[in-house]
Amino acid sequence: MGYRFNFRDVFAQQDFLLEGLVLTLQLSFVAMALGLLVGVTGAALRLYGPRPVRAVVATYVEAIRNTPLLVQLFLVFFGLPSLGIRLDATTASIIALTVNLGAYATEIVRAGLQAIPRAQIEAGVSLGLSRLQVFRYIVLMPALRVMYPALASQFILLMLATSVVSQISAPDLFHTASIIQSRTFRDFEVYIVVAALYLALALAFRLAFAGLYQVAFARR
Amino acid sequence: MIREFGFIDFMYLLAAARWTVALSGVAFLGGGLVGLLVALMRVTPLAPVRWLATIYVQAVQGTPLLAWLFLFYFGLPLVGLVVNPWIAAATAFAIYAGAFLGDIWRGALAAIPRTQWEAGASLGLSFLDQLRYIIMPQAVRIAIPPTVGFLVQLIKNTSLAAAIGFVELTREAQITNASTFRPMTVFVIVAAIYFAMCFPLTQWSRYLEQRLHVAR
Repeated sequence: MGYRFNFRDVFAQQDFLLEGLVLTLQLSFVAMALGLLVGVTGAALRLYGPRPVRAVVATYVEAIRNTPLLVQLFLVFFGLPSLGIRLDATTASIIALTVNLGAYATEIVRAGLQAIPRAQIEAGVSLGLSRLQVFRYIVLMPALRVMYPALASQFILLMLATSVVSQISAPDLFHTASIIQSRTFRDFEVYIVVAALYLALALAFRLAFAGLYQVAFARR
Repeated sequence: MIREFGFIDFMYLLAAARWTVALSGVAFLGGGLVGLLVALMRVTPLAPVRWLATIYVQAVQGTPLLAWLFLFYFGLPLVGLVVNPWIAAATAFAIYAGAFLGDIWRGALAAIPRTQWEAGASLGLSFLDQLRYIIMPQAVRIAIPPTVGFLVQLIKNTSLAAAIGFVELTREAQITNASTFRPMTVFVIVAAIYFAMCFPLTQWSRYLEQRLHVAR
């Protein structure tokens, strides 16, 4: 094989890569925060809401989890304008990513809350703990501990999945790859560099989540 | 040219879904072979072999599938192969599915108590015979529900092959949308077709999972 690798042209575009990386991180963090919010709300409604609301939440979760993120993204970005709602690519990305993560987070949080046996709560009450104390020490902390690993890996999957927003030309890390490619014609090198950057991000996220777990749960 | 979205467009979309099914099938077969190898590598007594498999799984699970698709799409011509979305997509999906299936199946193998291996060894069975007659039959039962669950992920992720011009359901939707300009209609129908493929599998996976817990 007579191919000569040339990474210099790609690295010359580092400012550009950095911009994409920043948007990827922003998209990830915003979607994580909003998705978790949707997840907690969804789980609470799914478990304690009135019957019709429970059915709506269950339908939302199944509809999202059984269709591709890319199609959801296309629906938001191309579909909503035909209903008169015009969005730029980044906003459409945030909406699609939040709606998507929200469905997975709902399932994870629900499973976490359901993992707390009723008897535990009753035991807390009979020890004379206040309602707030029961919620904090007996429901919330153990439930968070149960759902933490699943949430952390879902967040990392989401960070990697943000790459699909490149398909509606949101200028994330993956999209910068296609621009650098058209500038330098170094297709293969560009995608190696970008893949390595995502891998570095994924490892950094994993380390950060492990560290956070130690801080939040280990000494209890 | 913009024309009306008609029944024929719906039929085209439905017909394109067969390529989604075909790619999912190829990806599952290829990924299954790689995954089996990875799972076995991760339970061998040889440490460097285990590390190699672990590095592979970590690397694939830490990079976007889209990156693998583009790497093979642009990388295969460098080794003299013609650019062909089928080959690029099939290879990328085999690599991707192999890592996830390998991880799932390793988990199933690891769930079998050590003493089962030891019992096999004490009967004089070799490593491969212990695996085949004692560990595998038990591990397969544990592995099936999450494997079906992953199949759902795989079917959904074949939509990403549209990015390298592989004409499956999502790519066909983009083409139909470009000529009819009915994005809401087109993408809702496409989402419904994906749902029709994935939801039964999701339910089946759930049922298998429950049955497994009852059996224990």
